Amino acid sequence: MTPVRAIIAKELRSYFVSPVVYVVGAVFLLIVGLLAYLYIVFAGAQAIQLMQMQGTAQINLNDLVFRNLFSSIRFILLIILPILTMRLFAEERKLRTFEFLLTSPIGINEIVAGKFLSVFLVFLGLLGLTGLMPLVLALFSDFDWYPVLTGYLGLILLGALFLSVGVLASALTENQIIAAFVSFGLLLVLWLLAGVGSLLEDTAIGQTVSYVSFMEHYEHLVRGLIDTKDLVYFLSGLALMLFFSHRVVDSTRWK
Amino acid sequence: MIEVQQITKRYGQHTALDRINFSVAKGEVLAFLGPNGAGKTTTMRILTCFMPATEGTARVAGFDCADQPIEVKRRIGYLPETPPVYQELTVAEYLTFVGRLRGLSRKTLTASMQREIERLGLGTVQHRLIGNLSRGYRQRVGLAQALLHDPPVLILDEPTVGLDPKQIIEIRELIKNLAGSHSVILSTHILPEATAVCQRVVIISGGRIVAEDTPEQLSARLRQSEKISLTLKSPAADTDSRLKAVQGIQNVFTSSTPGTFLLECELGRDVREEVARVAVTSEWGLLELKTVSMTLEDVFLQLTRHDEGLAQDAVVASVEPTGQPA
Repeated sequence: MTPVRAIIAKELRSYFVSPVVYVVGAVFLLIVGLLAYLYIVFAGAQAIQLMQMQGTAQINLNDLVFRNLFSSIRFILLIILPILTMRLFAEERKLRTFEFLLTSPIGINEIVAGKFLSVFLVFLGLLGLTGLMPLVLALFSDFDWYPVLTGYLGLILLGALFLSVGVLASALTENQIIAAFVSFGLLLVLWLLAGVGSLLEDTAIGQTVSYVSFMEHYEHLVRGLIDTKDLVYFLSGLALMLFFSHRVVDSTRWK
Repeated sequence: MIEVQQITKRYGQHTALDRINFSVAKGEVLAFLGPNGAGKTTTMRILTCFMPATEGTARVAGFDCADQPIEVKRRIGYLPETPPVYQELTVAEYLTFVGRLRGLSRKTLTASMQREIERLGLGTVQHRLIGNLSRGYRQRVGLAQALLHDPPVLILDEPTVGLDPKQIIEIRELIKNLAGSHSVILSTHILPEATAVCQRVVIISGGRIVAEDTPEQLSARLRQSEKISLTLKSPAADTDSRLKAVQGIQNVFTSSTPGTFLLECELGRDVREEVARVAVTSEWGLLELKTVSMTLEDVFLQLTRHDEGLAQDAVVASVEPTGQPA
């Protein structure tokens, strides 16, 4: 049993003992389910309209349901993932177990990795449950699986990035509310950078600012484009955030 | 086992530790004594590699705290001021987590857990959530955590806080039994604890070590004169001067309680017989006559208070626990 696995096991235990995961999970699944239902009903209404006008109905579920849904989930994740990450380091500091963790014979990178992976697993579990929706839909209709899968890949990468920002925010403070709010704020700024980028249009600065935002990278994946540039964006962002978390945790020892 | 050389720790302008030097031999129990904010916890945090020292070196079991922190951490069991427990885990789950973090194999872990659960009397609560346990039990779980991997060095920050008197005695016995095979540093501000458990005492005040010796030696060294407490039923107005006239008495202090006097005499001279004779012949109504040995408490107060007069008051006060200092 490596220390990282010990930390993951302990964190998962903590998550599922507290009601947080259940509440967050229930709200997440309820909203995703409701949105999926609405988009499908709208798609159905459009199909009926087309039927009446043209006699045949060729609607694209990928465009009408999945692209809308993936865009919406992005926003839900922005709100709920900080709730999942806020306790990771803040709670340890508040309850004075932080000192215990840092005087255990393990490296800080193992602590950060264990913490991140535990919440990532919780997130994967929640996301996995939404997978029921395309499976059920596939029973009754035809759609292209490929962009759905790349969309899920996008969600996984986006979620990992959001979580790593949350880990960093949690390492910065011993107050969980502040941790949640800081990560929410950081993610919102990352989001809005896309708007700033498009205002500056095709200047070098505008392109750089747009690149820093996750919007266009995620958009590509939702549309079914797997571009190395986007993968590099997500993975390097994740690595950078975890590296910063490492530095922050390390620096608390010097204060 | 533990060597601390010229350790200095500064927080910005504030110097928490100022060139601290001490060492602990294998199997020795050392008490760290000092008022709040003296630097006890800071020293322990440096030794456990939680924080680095500003200057100086600390070595544990031959490994430098700054260069090989993981090796040092492997050899230390540390109980911080607040027991580092997770409320949402049961005692058994918590100890399993601790053992895995320290890389114990499944077999060793099971054996170690059983040993500590038995040793600290946690058998009845091992499947209860730590969040539902009392302060005393949490403290014991914290101790179990520190002992779990059977480390050669134990660093305990106020290990008996929050325990009831029976548990305190048990924990002291436990620490005494660990001596010999383990090196222990424990911080405390309960002075009898230091006398009861430790072979050596380091008194720290304002970030400096002000004394380091065995408890007995410390009190002997600081006792520059013999002190005698005298209680009289009906002292006369000239009692003071008559006592001062007795051969060997250097000073006479009156306590706030009427009839109680503190006599300071030359070292190695017993004046009790003479004092008794004077008291009886003068019909002062001799009630009590006894030597006052300086307890560690007095030593501590004398060393950590800088004002000489205050220290003297403290000695008078310790003779008369109920009275106000004169």
